Amino acid sequence: MDYFLSEEQQMIVDVAAQIADEKIMPVRAELDEKHEFPRAILEEMAQADLFGIPIPEEYGGFGGSTFEITIALEQIGRACIGVGTAFAANFLGAYPIIIGGSEELKQKYLPSIAAGKKYAAFGLTEANAGSDASGIQTTAVLDGDEWVINGTKQWITNGGEADIYTVIAMTDKKKGARGASMFVLEKGDPGFSFGPKEKKMGIRASSTTELIFKDCRIPKDRIIGRQGTGFITVMKTLDSSRPGIAALGVGLAQGALDEAVKYAKQRVQFGKPIISYQAVQHMLADMAIGVESARALLYQCARYIAANPKDMSKASSMCKVYATDVAMKVATDAVQVLGGYGYMSEYPVEKMMRDAKILQIYEGTNQIQRNVIGQELNREYSR
Amino acid sequence: MKIIVCVKQVPDAKDVKLDPKTNTLSREGVESIMNPFDQHALEEAVRIKEAQGGEVTVITMGPPQAEAVLRDAVACGADNAVLISDRAFAGSDTWATSYTLGRAVKKLGEFDLVLCGKQAIDGDTAQVGPGLATRLGIPFVTCVQKIRETDGNTVIVERMMDDGYDVVKASLPLLLTVVKDINEPRVPSLKGKMKAKKANITMLSAADLEAEATCIGLPGSPTQVVNVFPPEPRGNKEIFTGSVDEQVDKLVAKLTPYL
Ligand SMILES: Cc1cc2nc3c(=O)[nH]c(=O)nc-3n(C[C@H](O)[C@H](O)[C@H](O)COP(=O)(O)OP(=O)(O)OC[C@H]3O[C@@H](n4cnc5c(N)ncnc54)[C@H](O)[C@@H]3O)c2cc1C
Repeated sequence: MDYFLSEEQQMIVDVAAQIADEKIMPVRAELDEKHEFPRAILEEMAQADLFGIPIPEEYGGFGGSTFEITIALEQIGRACIGVGTAFAANFLGAYPIIIGGSEELKQKYLPSIAAGKKYAAFGLTEANAGSDASGIQTTAVLDGDEWVINGTKQWITNGGEADIYTVIAMTDKKKGARGASMFVLEKGDPGFSFGPKEKKMGIRASSTTELIFKDCRIPKDRIIGRQGTGFITVMKTLDSSRPGIAALGVGLAQGALDEAVKYAKQRVQFGKPIISYQAVQHMLADMAIGVESARALLYQCARYIAANPKDMSKASSMCKVYATDVAMKVATDAVQVLGGYGYMSEYPVEKMMRDAKILQIYEGTNQIQRNVIGQELNREYSR
Repeated sequence: MKIIVCVKQVPDAKDVKLDPKTNTLSREGVESIMNPFDQHALEEAVRIKEAQGGEVTVITMGPPQAEAVLRDAVACGADNAVLISDRAFAGSDTWATSYTLGRAVKKLGEFDLVLCGKQAIDGDTAQVGPGLATRLGIPFVTCVQKIRETDGNTVIVERMMDDGYDVVKASLPLLLTVVKDINEPRVPSLKGKMKAKKANITMLSAADLEAEATCIGLPGSPTQVVNVFPPEPRGNKEIFTGSVDEQVDKLVAKLTPYL
């Protein structure tokens, strides 16, 4: 289907697709097997200017919107959402600076992220603060000209690999949700270390670690925005980044559909290619309907969010839930179409099924997204 | 360094089929790409430029549509692009092609290095690189797998051989043809693609080159293709199946009697 992309948008798709097909597909199984961080591929993506897509032009980027990064992530996700997650986490890490950072912080950090010279990461989750972000216990206390940070962030994508970390901590516990602030942490800051790399079901090319702060001291001006604005920045960040997760879902689903159709045409049982059996055809048809409807919803939501509307949370949650549920279903059905071969790691759909699951969990579980949509509906209909 | 890269637009080998009646390539509906070996030549030129400064000019002889490969080359880092195109060039064999490219390179002025792919995947002759060097009166080294050093006066390269490689030192100006081992070509960048869209392509006709009518196109091409045929399959073959370990065991069992 043609989504009538502009010439520039089509260029983004073409470049990302070429990287997906030529650089990622040939090595994705190996990266998965070895739990290997895809540094060489990320360097290739940096060279091709993909890191600059959503960074404003003043800071060395392309000034693209949520939509432009969405279509790039979809292509990368088609090949491997492990690589896609490692790539996308850079923007999750950069958005707080773009959204709330001072001019100095923007000048200092954004150009190197846009050039892909430094990787970024985003630290919100803690052991006791998952879906309920208000449970964070990490603290930041001002001591003279420095913030002193204590606490541990859990399951942080690009942990250990990134140089720039945007992290939320409580600056005034009494104020509750208005008592949290975001900061920029640099790898190498005194008192900042990492836990070991987690072993995961999927997206094994991405690194996931703890961020450990023990009396970690950073200059006063590393705070993002005013004190107490941490949660607002986090919410705005996630509203902008969630379509990226939906995009990884659409890409993964497309990749799984491609594999399933290709296989069904060539696998012969009872004397005929299995695609000639209606049961298989219907499964493929439902997969294709899922992929196309998820893409259509995603593109529309991403374009809407790009216009920075007041009610972007609902659009952001809708495309995230729908596209990632489709991804899980399509990947599972792709394994079914391939039968026993689908279960073997020789074929890519086994990895896709393992990988797909994370999409329904991170950047807010799909239950939490439905809560957001439900609450928005309640509000809308009360007016 | 001033580097000239010769590229050719070829049908994508993945899609090409042989017409069973005429034994010629059937190009219908086949996508055109930059000859894969030439992609490696271009990548090497761009890397030299990035390391030492200079300028990369990419040239192609072909129909007007061949402009597409020049834009691809600009997207991957070439600075200038030249399309040598004229109906009078139609039907050129490797002799006429190297003559024509030679006229164009001379017309472009001073240069240090000419890089070509080892061969084009459609004609597969590997003649145009050496032919062009001869027309230009400069030395050449074929099948280069690595450029070890360049200092502006000489280069030291590794030439791939069946049983290893030769190390060759040669003086500039020089022509090299490269094999795929030399590098891993990059994916074009977004900035490169945007630049490519706007890039000025220099057009050169037979008149611009002051080419002798008898040296170009069909009249300038002594080669006649008498017959094209698929080679006889060589002997019996056997394809092993099973896991890698099983296949290795089968192979070892087959070979042992000959030891
Ligand atoms: C591989 C990976 C990478 C990650 N990367 C990052 C990162 O880079 N940065 C970062 O900050 N975090 C990251 N996370 C954390 C991720 O965002 C959280 O795991 C996620 O928000 C869910 O929190 P939780 O795991 O604590 O689940 P919980 O909140 O404990 O939820 C458990 C279950 O209960 C359900 N549930 C909880 N509350 C409700 C409710 N009110 N209504 C209905 N259902 C509810 C959930 O939907 C879920 O099914 C990552 C996680 C993983 C696994």
